[in-house]
Amino acid sequence: MNQIIHKFTRNVPHWQPRVEPVKLAEATQEQLDALQVTPSNTKVSEYVLTLAHDVESLTVRTPLFNAIMYDPGGMSRAERELGALGASLVNRCIYCAAVHADRHAKLKKDTAITDQLFAYGDEAKLSPRDQAIFDFSRKSAEAPPAAGPEDMEALRKAGLSNEEILDLILSSALFGWANRLMHVLGDPVRQKGNS
Amino acid sequence: MTPTEMTILSKADLLPDGDVSEAAMSRANIIGMSQAAEGAVLRPKDFGAFEHDLRAALAARVARLAADDTLAAHYLSSAGDKAILADPAETGKSYQLETVLAFVDKVANQTRDIDAEDVAQLQASGMADADIVRLCELVAFLAYQVRVIAGLRLMQGSAA
Repeated sequence: MNQIIHKFTRNVPHWQPRVEPVKLAEATQEQLDALQVTPSNTKVSEYVLTLAHDVESLTVRTPLFNAIMYDPGGMSRAERELGALGASLVNRCIYCAAVHADRHAKLKKDTAITDQLFAYGDEAKLSPRDQAIFDFSRKSAEAPPAAGPEDMEALRKAGLSNEEILDLILSSALFGWANRLMHVLGDPVRQKGNS
Repeated sequence: MTPTEMTILSKADLLPDGDVSEAAMSRANIIGMSQAAEGAVLRPKDFGAFEHDLRAALAARVARLAADDTLAAHYLSSAGDKAILADPAETGKSYQLETVLAFVDKVANQTRDIDAEDVAQLQASGMADADIVRLCELVAFLAYQVRVIAGLRLMQGSAA
């Protein structure tokens, strides 16, 4: 029996779907194209196989996700990860938070910020720039969205350019989307026999 | 597509030649892909259990739950006789959509409280797993779109 994880962690859990993923052997050509399955690449995660049930959405979201998180220019990769984390903490998506805390720590070569976030949540004390980014992200992720003019002002005071602020809006909002897939359609689990 | 055909830009009411529009154009690819995603969740070829008018009504409902009546109006115009379902006070009982609307509302605004039981209830109501994924994608995309628009409005409001 796999153990469901309820606490935030950087140790990325396995994601276990609550619905039956698409079976590769039964996938349509459109699904295979979206999954980028080729004779030399037949390894597809259960998450992607689950989302292949709605292949039109999957096909458009994958390049959109990559552009928001990885396209050059604008906000740094680590700060976009902080945007992703702000939303994932609000929505309590343990899986997303783990993946993106791990990426943030690796990009920064430092776990101090994500340690602080996991220990103190909304009360985390960060550098002025990271604080403005995290506060904007988490307030934007509230439902209804709760970021206000004072949060935008804090971003500008911290020295963020318009391009950086746009990237923050996008990365936080993107995780409003991703959290509602990962946290709803599956459980973060520690598989028996794994650490 | 022109900026006025991009929901994110038109509903955020950006000044056409302002600094915020200029920043948005630096990510024109992302704005364009976001519009393609709206098409994929609102008007998919393979719509499963959720026809296009019902999807529009659910999108308007999520926009209203996020207190965005401007975006809600954008979707409501395509909801036809399903428009009543966009009213957050409507339970969907007479449409046999009570379970669906309860799920939509919870995924949209109490995301953190969703658990396995919420998905199990949809399955017990006879919904196919593929339709559960389709429903999540619709609500999840709206959560994204609402927040990009809200953020751009804040940017515009603070622009010099």
